[in-house]
Amino acid sequence: MTRKSRRLTIVAVCGLCLSAAAGLVLTAFNDNLVFFVSPSDIGKTAGNGRTVRLGGLVEPGSVTRGDKTSAATSFRITDGANSVPVTYNGILPDLFREGQGIVALGALRPDGTFQASEVLAKHDETYMPKEVAEALKKSGQWKPESGAPPPVNKARGG
Amino acid sequence: MTRMDTHPIEAPATAPSAGGTSLHRFANPGRFLRLSGAVLPWLTAAAVALTVAGLGWGLLLAPTDWQQGDAARIMYVHVPSAWLASAGYFSLALASLFSLVWRHPLADLAAVEIGPVGAGFTALCLATGSLWGKPMWGAWWVWDARLTSVLVLLFLYLGHIVLVRAFDDPVRGYRSGAVLALIGVVNLPIIKFSVEWWNTLHQPASIKFTEAPSIAPGMLWPLLIAAIGFSLSFAAIVTARLRAAVMERRIRGLLLARAVSR
Repeated sequence: MTRKSRRLTIVAVCGLCLSAAAGLVLTAFNDNLVFFVSPSDIGKTAGNGRTVRLGGLVEPGSVTRGDKTSAATSFRITDGANSVPVTYNGILPDLFREGQGIVALGALRPDGTFQASEVLAKHDETYMPKEVAEALKKSGQWKPESGAPPPVNKARGG
Repeated sequence: MTRMDTHPIEAPATAPSAGGTSLHRFANPGRFLRLSGAVLPWLTAAAVALTVAGLGWGLLLAPTDWQQGDAARIMYVHVPSAWLASAGYFSLALASLFSLVWRHPLADLAAVEIGPVGAGFTALCLATGSLWGKPMWGAWWVWDARLTSVLVLLFLYLGHIVLVRAFDDPVRGYRSGAVLALIGVVNLPIIKFSVEWWNTLHQPASIKFTEAPSIAPGMLWPLLIAAIGFSLSFAAIVTARLRAAVMERRIRGLLLARAVSR
């Protein structure tokens, strides 16, 4: 074995060990690496008023904006299977709308509503011009309040 | 000994060992200077032309996004610099591998020169992402898996920059830097797949190898041109830096030889 091939073997073995270690660590910390939990999973993680992030889509038709008596906005966050009522007292991001993915930071109250102290909008990976969005809505291929739009290029080609 | 026997005339005792195997053909610094000198002007011209074309098209002419408006235009800078942050680190790791295993003299210098350029692109990626995040997400920064792993990438670059220059004996710096760069490769798949393995605030990739891209064609083309322009710019900057480093080393060698002969 020449010195070069010995060095190569050492590098390869170290690389394998390192990847295995990294893989194990990431698997072990899997639950802590997620940025938010879904409405279906929140019961498991958010007991005793623990602060968590709740992520999902704003349920269409559930948004009640604040009025003169109280500035709080209330809406429901859904993942399709379950939904959680959320109240939030503050400024909503521009992208907040029905059907939009959002992440709310807060805690679950004993009555089952989620009191949010911060609401972030989650933008999806779709980018399209206004005219394409209008055309998709007009042709009925996509309703903004029911979730993500169809793939742009397929819709355009059709 | 056998080498001296087979090439009694061609191999003077002071010649560098480069030029033996096929791999070392490209390690010859003289050959590198000749080749890169011929390629660099064309590379620079193409890099400038494509970067200007891609960014001009993207920032001025491309349609605005239906939801984000003009803020989406930041992707024409953000996405190419993010690709280059990862691709640059991959080239750093490749140079480190050649430096560590084959003791390539050119790879030593390449690793030193790639570091600051890659760090610059990573910083650009983080800065533009932050500027986009405030109006769109509602936060400058969040500690989700994608953002955190890219921040770790920036720290790997900065650590490498410091480490390779930290020793009086440059060879020890090259070796230590190479080990650090190779350890950091673990981070690259984490960056790439962070948006798929864990739920993050950062959106998943819009352009994939397996599916149709979820970007409208009028926005996709300028993005791709900007990405090619950024890649060529990266290559041109690194090549220019590497040429300067090789020449600097030669001059230092000549000065040293003159000082010794006096």
